[in-house]
Amino acid sequence: MRTTVRVYWRLLRAGFQRQSAYRLAALGGLVANTTFGLLKVAVLFATVRAAGGSLAGYDVGRMGTYVWISQAMLGSVNLHGRTDIAERIKDGRVAVDFLRPLDVQAAEITTEVGRSLFALIPRGLPMIAIGAVVGMAAPESAAAYPLGVLSVLLGIVISSATAYLVGVAGFWLVETRGLQVCYMVVSGFLAGLFVPIQLFPRWLLLVAHASPFPSMMMYPIEILSGRVGLAGALALLGAQLAWLAGVGGLGQALTRAGRRHLEVQGG
Amino acid sequence: MSAIVEAEGLTRQFTVRDGARRRRVLAVDDLTTRISAGEAVGYIGANGAGKSTTIKMLTGILVPTSGTVTTCGLRPVKDRRRLAREVGVVFGQRSQLWWDLPVRESFRILAAIHTLSAAAERARTEELVERLELAGFLAVPVRQLSLGQRMRAEVAAALLHSPRLVILDEPTIGLDVLSKQRLREFLVAERRAHGTTLLLTTHDMGDVERLCDRVLLIDHGRLVYDGDLAGLSRTAGAERVLTVDLTAPSADLTGIPAARHLSSEANGLRQRLAFDAESTTAARVFAAVAERAEVVDFTVEEPDIEDVVRRIYAARR
Amino acid sequence: MADGIALRARLRPYAVVLASRARSQTSYRANFALDLVSSLLSGLVELAEVWVLFHAVTRLGGLDFGQILLVFGMADLAFSLANMLFGHCDRLPTYLRAGTLDIFYLRPQPLLLQLVTSDISLRRLSRAAVGLVALVAGLAAGDITWNVGTVALLVISLVSGIATFAAMFVWAGGLQFFLVEGEEMTNAFVYGGRYAATQPASVWSRPLKVVFGYFFPMAFTGFLPAVVLLDLPAPAWLPAWLGWCGPLAALWAWAMALLCWRWGVRHYRGGGG
Repeated sequence: MRTTVRVYWRLLRAGFQRQSAYRLAALGGLVANTTFGLLKVAVLFATVRAAGGSLAGYDVGRMGTYVWISQAMLGSVNLHGRTDIAERIKDGRVAVDFLRPLDVQAAEITTEVGRSLFALIPRGLPMIAIGAVVGMAAPESAAAYPLGVLSVLLGIVISSATAYLVGVAGFWLVETRGLQVCYMVVSGFLAGLFVPIQLFPRWLLLVAHASPFPSMMMYPIEILSGRVGLAGALALLGAQLAWLAGVGGLGQALTRAGRRHLEVQGG
Repeated sequence: MSAIVEAEGLTRQFTVRDGARRRRVLAVDDLTTRISAGEAVGYIGANGAGKSTTIKMLTGILVPTSGTVTTCGLRPVKDRRRLAREVGVVFGQRSQLWWDLPVRESFRILAAIHTLSAAAERARTEELVERLELAGFLAVPVRQLSLGQRMRAEVAAALLHSPRLVILDEPTIGLDVLSKQRLREFLVAERRAHGTTLLLTTHDMGDVERLCDRVLLIDHGRLVYDGDLAGLSRTAGAERVLTVDLTAPSADLTGIPAARHLSSEANGLRQRLAFDAESTTAARVFAAVAERAEVVDFTVEEPDIEDVVRRIYAARR
Repeated sequence: MADGIALRARLRPYAVVLASRARSQTSYRANFALDLVSSLLSGLVELAEVWVLFHAVTRLGGLDFGQILLVFGMADLAFSLANMLFGHCDRLPTYLRAGTLDIFYLRPQPLLLQLVTSDISLRRLSRAAVGLVALVAGLAAGDITWNVGTVALLVISLVSGIATFAAMFVWAGGLQFFLVEGEEMTNAFVYGGRYAATQPASVWSRPLKVVFGYFFPMAFTGFLPAVVLLDLPAPAWLPAWLGWCGPLAALWAWAMALLCWRWGVRHYRGGGG
């Protein structure tokens, strides 16, 4: 058990270190996130004001929280569907992964989460700082903070585990790029990247809730902006755990099936 | 003979970042040389000695820090577009063919890029296809070619517009023996047929031996040797080796004037002697051996060029 | 006549490359169909982002949904077409890392022209179709007095819009010579610019008006001409007569783009690459 934990800890750190090599890229990401954030602020604040100061539970302050936390999470939540595992399946290196005494799915997701957590430092924290200056509402209850942080972590893990599904589809598809592009287009929209999903018409909101995407970004924001109370926060966390179990279990099953497929095909 | 390349004090400096400090590195240092039309020149040196930088300056990709260079009578940076019609470059490591297109289609596009007339395009393509034996895979997309096939297609692509100067950067890297040989034979024939000037950077001394009548050796950006291959070995003081097979086992053949006994095999049935080509000849050493033992067979090995280059580098340190 | 033949001969190298790229993209039917669908989907989702806001509130920044459709349609159509023709310019870092750019130096055409004509993304046509449909719907919904002036304004604005977005891609390409790892930096303004261009500029704060109204003249590609066409009240800092100034905006964007390109190429040839 101890050694297993240590191995995954190493993978987490490796993901962390790989990311720190790209300082200029991080700066570029910062500029990009800030620019998009300011554009979102402009249009969404105008929307709230046009609605008379409150819209679907969002006033200007909570909308500020929505904008800057979504921008902070942007570098850490996988909304593009690109993964290492997809590359490794394509060129066959995955056969080597299966020889290692590690669970392929867990190793891949841990590495990705390590990368994502690191991205919170250069890309996440500055967005929160900018939000604090520009204006963000705080949740009423102090308990929302630990719950919110937990929810952010869950969101990151769920996004890695879901993007992993796109990657392992490569065991059966020759080319996963089409799937990845569709994932990229749909995931951001349904995760609430540009517009909070509560502003969606009812049918579209139902579609969103029937997908894992809101649990990657929207749910943590609802908790941290105080749009939902404590009971609501716990319900959202429960939903996240359910989604994690769902996509995680599916990933595990697909990995096993993929391995069998690979063995039958002879690699 | 007219000059194809004329470099005068050609120098290129780079600023490299070494952590927080900035360091200046002379990639090419005061290079002065002249290559005449029709020559075949091997441009050799270790990795990072400045070969690629020189080529980039000759073709107008890089601006020299100081000094001047003219290629085919043109100033490479200012007249880049005119120069492109006179020069063909083969990079062993990067492709100028279109990855997803059949070879034939790539040729067609390159012919349009170099604005060849339809007749010139047809004639030249036919010539290259025949001499490089490309006919078997003209319809195959480039990404499906073997390395040897791809390199031949690359060479054809670079030569399609009949350039006066052909620069080959590591053309035989990674090729098998047969592919290497085919490529070399083609280049020899191309040069004979069209009087093309060849400039070749390579790690493969076989390329230099088979193709080049002149060698430029560069070390840390400085030209350290300019002359023929034999002279290069002499400069390094590299030794030739005489191997003799004798009729009966004999004692080691030591004490032969200007020669050094290297080894004996099978109780002295086969012996190897090294000698310096400057101070004696193979005939004289052989004669001295023949006086002491009866010789059945013999061979003379030329010095290994890589060894020669290593010696020259070592002597300069 | 002779000039015409000379011109055609000069354009032939570019035409041959482009035709060949187009053929190779469409030769795998299934792949191409999938590309078209995903491109269409991304256009639809971007339209949906705007629609959702106007579903939540009926008017935003002084515009109703029909009016924003015109803004979105003009800007997105121009962007999609520019992206189809120039979008690969921001792939320059890939070319730099692979050394492909050196190959361009060995061909007898100007570098930038070679880069621009080295590829064409036909799949973006389906995305442009979304913009076109939005534009037509916006024109139909809007209360527009049709005359020579309005038609001219529409055409001028579309052409200048394409040129402006094209300049953004070239600008981004030029800066990549310096920012080999910093693609995201230029993406912020290229793709952020597209996002901005499809918004009602009347909701922008002053800094945004400076950045996306003037420095990167995004408001000129959709919002400002729409203000003239629909006779809308002009917001502070963006007077209505600017709606006619699309060509000036395109000129400015290209001046900046070519300056950055020249600067980048000089840097590359100076050994910075």
